[in-house]
Amino acid sequence: MAAMKNCHNDYKMKFSVDEEFPDLSQHNNHMAKVLNKDIYSKLRGKSTPSGFTVDDVIQTGVDNPGHPFIMTVGCVAGDEESYEVFKELLDPIISDRHGGYKPTDKHKTDLNYENLKGGDDLDPNYVLSSRVRTGRSIKGFTLPPHNSRGERRGIEKLSIEALSSLDGEFKGKYYPLNGMTDAEQEQLIADHFLFDKPVSPLLTCAGMARDWPDARGIWHNDNKTFLVWVNEEDHLRVISMQKGGNMKEVFRRFCVGLQKIEEIFKKHNHGFMWNEHLGYILTCPSNLGTGLRGGVHVKLPKLSTHPKFEEILTRLRLQKRGTGGVDTASVGGVFDISNADRLGSSEVEQVQLVVDGVKLMVEMEKKLEKGESIDGMIPAQK
Amino acid sequence: MSDNIERISESMAKLSMKWLSAEDEYPDLSKHNNHMAKVLTLPMYKKLRERVTPNGFTIEGVIQTGVDNPGHPFIMTVGCVAGDEETYEVFKELLDPVIEDRHGGYKPTDKHKTDLNPDNLKGGDDLDPKYVLSSRVRTGRSIRGFCLPPHCSRGERRAVEKLSVEALAALSGDLKGKYYALKNMTEAEQQQLIDDHFLFDKPVSPLLLASGMARDWPDARGIWHNDNKTFLVWVNEEDHLRVISMQKGGKMKEVFTRFCTGLTKIETLFRDRGHAFMWNEHLGYVLTCPSNLGTGLRAGVHVKLPNMSKHAKFEEILTKLRLQKRGTGGVDTAAVGGVFDISNADRLGFSEVDLVQMVVDGVKLLVEMEKRLEKGQPIDNLIPAQK
Repeated sequence: MAAMKNCHNDYKMKFSVDEEFPDLSQHNNHMAKVLNKDIYSKLRGKSTPSGFTVDDVIQTGVDNPGHPFIMTVGCVAGDEESYEVFKELLDPIISDRHGGYKPTDKHKTDLNYENLKGGDDLDPNYVLSSRVRTGRSIKGFTLPPHNSRGERRGIEKLSIEALSSLDGEFKGKYYPLNGMTDAEQEQLIADHFLFDKPVSPLLTCAGMARDWPDARGIWHNDNKTFLVWVNEEDHLRVISMQKGGNMKEVFRRFCVGLQKIEEIFKKHNHGFMWNEHLGYILTCPSNLGTGLRGGVHVKLPKLSTHPKFEEILTRLRLQKRGTGGVDTASVGGVFDISNADRLGSSEVEQVQLVVDGVKLMVEMEKKLEKGESIDGMIPAQK
Repeated sequence: MSDNIERISESMAKLSMKWLSAEDEYPDLSKHNNHMAKVLTLPMYKKLRERVTPNGFTIEGVIQTGVDNPGHPFIMTVGCVAGDEETYEVFKELLDPVIEDRHGGYKPTDKHKTDLNPDNLKGGDDLDPKYVLSSRVRTGRSIRGFCLPPHCSRGERRAVEKLSVEALAALSGDLKGKYYALKNMTEAEQQQLIDDHFLFDKPVSPLLLASGMARDWPDARGIWHNDNKTFLVWVNEEDHLRVISMQKGGKMKEVFTRFCTGLTKIETLFRDRGHAFMWNEHLGYVLTCPSNLGTGLRAGVHVKLPNMSKHAKFEEILTKLRLQKRGTGGVDTAAVGGVFDISNADRLGFSEVDLVQMVVDGVKLLVEMEKRLEKGQPIDNLIPAQK
């Protein structure tokens, strides 16, 4: 959206705070924990230069009260300025979600894969696959909850230009959602690359699925080890992956590919949104910082049934998911293990935690297989 | 502004944060089959994107649902909504042709008659209850001074609810009843409303969701009904108000009389509180979806027509009678056991009395035809002319 005056926000101001304040009594999400009438009163008169308002920020959290066990974020950014204009709301949410991260804290970015120690020798008998993903937002455009068709198409166009200039191991092809053949679609499904129109109300209520599938698509290299989603939940989602346990290689390709892409966008005067406080700026506050989730699919049938499994994961700063991704169950003792943190530690640090933590857990699994105790191996809190 | 935001805004301004062209923004409607897609050309879009209603509703708000829902090869959806009363004026160039196409050639200069005098209905008290199982009339109403469901704020929606609860609480006699707010009904109340087939759920249809009508659910939504369970009002679902009169059997006249009396009383109660219903002499009652303009009225019966419905000329007869059929689950459902929902096809350009008369006369004829076919007799001489 271009910067136009948001008449409707002014019109809403004729109603009092009490009349407009959402009913959050049934709600359990970060937004609902933080938003009170005082904050709402301060923020309701504001809008970002592109017209995003506090009601836009919170709509998804109002519409989705949340789950007693899973704490959703309940708010989104519509543009880079959202994090500044609505600081009073977003800073406490960021702090709560990202382990006490303060408004004055600085975030380190480190995409130098050579700083990663080890990571090339995770036992492939246990570690079935390795993957690193992140998101990137392109400066000068508003974000998926707020962008117009024209902006989204502009992002797609820039992305295609940038990606098609890649060569060597990164040489690849773009498949727009709106024009792929049946054969292409089936292949992308078989490769587990295809993304669908979001069905989660967390995303649809934030307006991210508007105009689907216009300007959405998938790019991947010929080797099928480097993949970019265009205009899904973020402008770009970048994924490096391969079978087996060579996380170092996956991370190398991730860093090299990302940096090549960033160079090209910078040349077009559209670098990635980043600042020294929040790191990479993304749609969901949970993905700020590195936006990075580095993980493996690993067989841990014995360790996962050990009473201290959860505690070990917490100490290692890791989280588990089923192999279908977030909100799925594990199958056959195979877990998706990844870093829990996003903001306040660098990419290298987060991938290091995964590499070291998974190595340790595989050793524990082997001990348990032999009927030995793992008590001496329980780590300290990282 | 803090240093940080000044820096960001400057760099944004330097980069290409200019107004994108109509060509850049024009939706891809190549796979679309709805009224909006048939009408919205690039030159029209170019013109309309410069405009905004006094309440801030834009062409994007009008068409989003039609862009997100390409439609069905067989069912022609409308593909656009109004966000306020002014939408129909500010975006005339789009909505007039959509209205014309949807409402049988209704022209921008045509005038719509409103007639809510039940005495003007002839007959309708003797539809054979062995065939006509139930009778129902529904319409919608929008309250002037508030934005419509796709665009209203929480404050507005709550104000609509508050006004509605006050107005309905003043009804008496046969119309005396109670309001059940969706967000704090007891489980027992909820179960009873489900059993009575009164409870409405959060919309799941992408046609409605894409237009923003389900925001803040279930805040300020509720159901009011009279103690006799023959008069029901939905608050803040797809329209500000949906008003329904219903009962078992074939006494459409009684259903319509209660409908008119109740509606007229409610209208007066709202007026007394400084809020009229949205109405004008061209479009009649103004509602969220252009398909419901005019009377917003759907009058129908559940009627057993197992023989008639298999007759080769069934569809043709319905068309001539200006009626439409649905399954007994409502729109998009199938008929069960030869029982059909038969109702008026028109909304705009005919009065309420005209439309209910068509239902009454048409259903009476269909039942006669059914009886003939039961006896193995032909119905050829009963086939009506086009109404």
